[in-house]
Amino acid sequence: MSPAAGAGGAPDLSALSAAEVADRVASGALAPEAAVDAAFARADAVDAGRGGLNAVLHSDREAARADARAVAGRRGKAPLPLAGVPVAVKDNIATLGLPTTCGSRILEGYVSPFEATVIARLRAAGAVIAAKTNMDEFAMGSSTEHSAYGPTRNPVDRARVPGGSSGGSAAAVACGMVRVALGSETGGSVRQPASFCGVVGVKPTYGRVSRYGLVAFASSLDQVGVFGRTVDDAALGLQVIAGLDPRDATSADVPVPAYREAAAVPLKGMVIGKPKEYYPPTLDAGIRARCEEALEALKALGAEVRDVSLPHTSLAIPVYYIVAPAEASSNLARFDGVRYGLRVAGGDGGLRGMYEATRSRGFGAEVTRRILLGTYVLSAGYYDAYYKKAMDVRALITDDFRAVFASGVHVLFTPTTPTPAFEIGAISDPYEMYLSDIFTATANLAGNPAMSVPVGQVRTLPVGGQIIAPHFEEYRMFGVAYALERALGGVGAGAGAHR
Amino acid sequence: MAVTNDDVRHIAMLARLGVDESRMPSLVAELNGILGHMEVLSRVDTARVRDGQIDASSAAVSEMWLRPDEGPPLPLLAPRESFAPQVRDGLLLVPRLATHVDEPEESA
Amino acid sequence: MSAGTAHPPAAPGSSTTAYEMVVGLEVHVQLKTKTKAFCLCSTEFGAPPNEHTCPVCLALPGSLPVLNERVVELAVRTALALGCTVHPVSIFARKNYFYPDLPKGYQISQYDRPLATGGRLTVAAAPDGAAGPSVGITRVHLEEDAGKSIHDRYPGATAIDLNRAGVPLIEIVSEPDMRSSAQAGAYLRALKQLLEYLDVSDVSMEEGSLRVDANVSARPRGATALGTKTEVKNLNSFTGVERALDAEFARQCTVLAAGGTIQQQTMLWDGHRGEVRPARSKEASHDYRYFPEPDLPPLVLTAARIDGIRQALPELPAARRERFAREYQLSAYDIDVLTAGPRLAGYFEAVAKAAGDAKAAANWVMGEVLKTLNVSGGDIASFRVGPDALGELIGLVHAGTLSSSGAKTVFGIMAEHGGKAAGIAAREGLVQVGDDGALRAWIDEVLAEHPAEAQRYLGGEKKLQGVLVGFVMKKSKGSADPRKVNQLLAERATG
Repeated sequence: MSPAAGAGGAPDLSALSAAEVADRVASGALAPEAAVDAAFARADAVDAGRGGLNAVLHSDREAARADARAVAGRRGKAPLPLAGVPVAVKDNIATLGLPTTCGSRILEGYVSPFEATVIARLRAAGAVIAAKTNMDEFAMGSSTEHSAYGPTRNPVDRARVPGGSSGGSAAAVACGMVRVALGSETGGSVRQPASFCGVVGVKPTYGRVSRYGLVAFASSLDQVGVFGRTVDDAALGLQVIAGLDPRDATSADVPVPAYREAAAVPLKGMVIGKPKEYYPPTLDAGIRARCEEALEALKALGAEVRDVSLPHTSLAIPVYYIVAPAEASSNLARFDGVRYGLRVAGGDGGLRGMYEATRSRGFGAEVTRRILLGTYVLSAGYYDAYYKKAMDVRALITDDFRAVFASGVHVLFTPTTPTPAFEIGAISDPYEMYLSDIFTATANLAGNPAMSVPVGQVRTLPVGGQIIAPHFEEYRMFGVAYALERALGGVGAGAGAHR
Repeated sequence: MAVTNDDVRHIAMLARLGVDESRMPSLVAELNGILGHMEVLSRVDTARVRDGQIDASSAAVSEMWLRPDEGPPLPLLAPRESFAPQVRDGLLLVPRLATHVDEPEESA
Repeated sequence: MSAGTAHPPAAPGSSTTAYEMVVGLEVHVQLKTKTKAFCLCSTEFGAPPNEHTCPVCLALPGSLPVLNERVVELAVRTALALGCTVHPVSIFARKNYFYPDLPKGYQISQYDRPLATGGRLTVAAAPDGAAGPSVGITRVHLEEDAGKSIHDRYPGATAIDLNRAGVPLIEIVSEPDMRSSAQAGAYLRALKQLLEYLDVSDVSMEEGSLRVDANVSARPRGATALGTKTEVKNLNSFTGVERALDAEFARQCTVLAAGGTIQQQTMLWDGHRGEVRPARSKEASHDYRYFPEPDLPPLVLTAARIDGIRQALPELPAARRERFAREYQLSAYDIDVLTAGPRLAGYFEAVAKAAGDAKAAANWVMGEVLKTLNVSGGDIASFRVGPDALGELIGLVHAGTLSSSGAKTVFGIMAEHGGKAAGIAAREGLVQVGDDGALRAWIDEVLAEHPAEAQRYLGGEKKLQGVLVGFVMKKSKGSADPRKVNQLLAERATG
């Protein structure tokens, strides 16, 4: 029995980074289940489950402790980079043992009979899956209000949303339960909640991380992303899950560098693009000020800040809200009550009625709206005007990034979101909600890696700055993020936890 | 291109979403509101884009990874009965199709 | 025409003579692979329900397709053999529709950027010299099969077996280049033969590895514009295709002759009743919402890869027919029979080589071999008499060791029990006696036993030679070599 284990006796490990926890567990300095116990103790303390933050949908403390002890049994070989480190996982990533509901009624109670590649890689690295986290249903949303299991609250201000759709994972990191969590990105679903909650959120290059086991929303945009309390936590998380997967035809065969070594990247001579379209006159003045301060800090480290333009930026939201619903309408056709998930008998007693009853009862309003929208833009007579046109404009958006990076710019720096976290229930117009993704959806459409790093507070609310890099240049992106984090002296929720 | 009630009924039929008639007016309004924001795309010059690619000759069309025709099947770590709504003799059961040959697709 | 009305074929010589039939065919071919198109499940036929299913072909949330490289190879091989242009980039698309045996709610197929386009299949001339149709191939594309719906096993329920879901198919779409049901049948038989030569499919309509849908229209003779077509489905055999086309054509002619118009619709063939009837589904209300499959990058085929597959193409039926004519000097009819399938043609060539006599090999293969296979229903691939063994048997006949009737007896034993010709002939006492001494002794005995005939024969009555040979054969219990007996008797008469 570990002296650290036991109810109420969990040690406070909040000052330790994920890497430090893993080192200590691997060396035996820390009991294997110590970090798992600390995570559950913290979750209890902040009331992370139902009725509280509602960040955690499913967890199994005893199973997690058993997993941690099993990791300890593997000690002695090469040290495991995440030995004993508890990780929270968005509920649209398939896990054995815990349900995978995607925040939807249609998958209530569904436990996947296979596991996502990213989960297998986490386990192989010694991580323990501590919780499945709340999300907007099928990742469709920017606030985690559209979950069938109720909204998640922002740990910084419980009256506000944590952002979305990976709001549960962002909140689980921000509240101090875990140092590393997985989310998923389609239009900003990791970076936007990271910004709202004051944590680090990374969307890798499309193809960098396997999508096998990530329940598809919009396949050409989806990518598993990583939250970290700090840049280092996020870099370690991505390190473990990145790389080619033969089960995902869209995963890329590109070598994965040692991301944590990017902490030593010098900023001298680095050209940082400041795209004017991301600093519109309507931008929240506080966010503008925090981003300008961040740019000054980077300049002080020797970087050159250059004004640039990505002229098609304003088209990203219209393009995104054609492409993503179109793919979603097809991806969600499999939820038909035939092979798994909810089945509701129809009034006609036949198949057609079963389909319609199951899908209308199983899907929430936002998912229904997007399936209808996506079906419409693909339907006969509208395909060219909407879907095909959107894909062509998407190519122009992609080309904006190519051109600006070809001009000698190394990374771009922008605000992550146009506003800080808003209050729960404040936004009812769907399109107004969609505009939360206005600075993030571009990187999904173009496939570029991007991340949000805390840059300070606006009216006591955290906000993030976004670093966007060329394809597969996550190492360079992390280099800038490490430098910025050091320069700003820790302004995110992670910094708060250190104090 | 304003969406009508009939359009919504038609796409709801295609998507097998039973949309309540009482929801129809607000859905039509929401969809028209969203699609209104998409109209801007029709004014964008996309002449230099073909099939979603700019300069397809130079664009790196990534070669698809192909797998060999052998190897163990991907395992199911729980029996089908554990997640399927209705299984009998190994078969998945669904309510009877309206016709044995082809389901009727009445349009709206 | 009201829905549900059935249409028996019209009597020949009715309104059909004023119109010309125009037919295009869509043929789905299951490719011969070990595993499915997009997952590693077995394609084996006849497993317990849903045995061959996994996260991918059950469309479990989070699963993804990965394309089987063998599927690409077999499809490209077929497209090249059909003279198609194989495109360096082709794109998979999703065809969206709900059906309980379609697990993902869409079929992965190819749509506006298919694997290959623009080929041609020219059907060989019939042995009587009549030219075969030359049929343009519009496109060859890759897609996956759906599962199976069983409607009649449980009351009120449809049962789904997904073993077949995800099995690789190619669809071969022809131009509307056929003008009769016979031409359509000839095209299908030639296509099946080609696919057998290519070894890309089991091509069995019974097991569903080859499926045909027909597009048929009628137009006034001499017209160039195409009439409105209907699609005829549920065709279970080549003969069924021919009968269904005739029935549907007759129906269309009747409608047109009465001043009616043809509705574009799907017709179902009922082979038992020999009639077509409209499917209840209205084609016009389908909206498949095709769009590029985002889970699969474009399929890129380098010129080197395509060339490699082209170089490795086996000899195709047309080339083999030509070579057989050149190398073996066989008749058109013989060539037709011997090249019908690649295995039979290969068997014949091996026999011809082993026997050193192509004509005799052809006679044996087309005679005893096919006769035996017809009776047993067996396949040449598993036939007990291997080509070397048959070659040896033919050699024994040549050498005079076996009579032709004795050889047939030996062949029958080999076909049933296996074994070598020489051993069987010896064991069964069928080896011919060609030794002059023994034969002369038998001749002497016969002449002595039949003095009257002997006297007349030796006196010049040549026609009695056959009678005397018969006596010698009888005395030898069939073992005497009749050729030599004839020869020795003739010597006696002149000597």
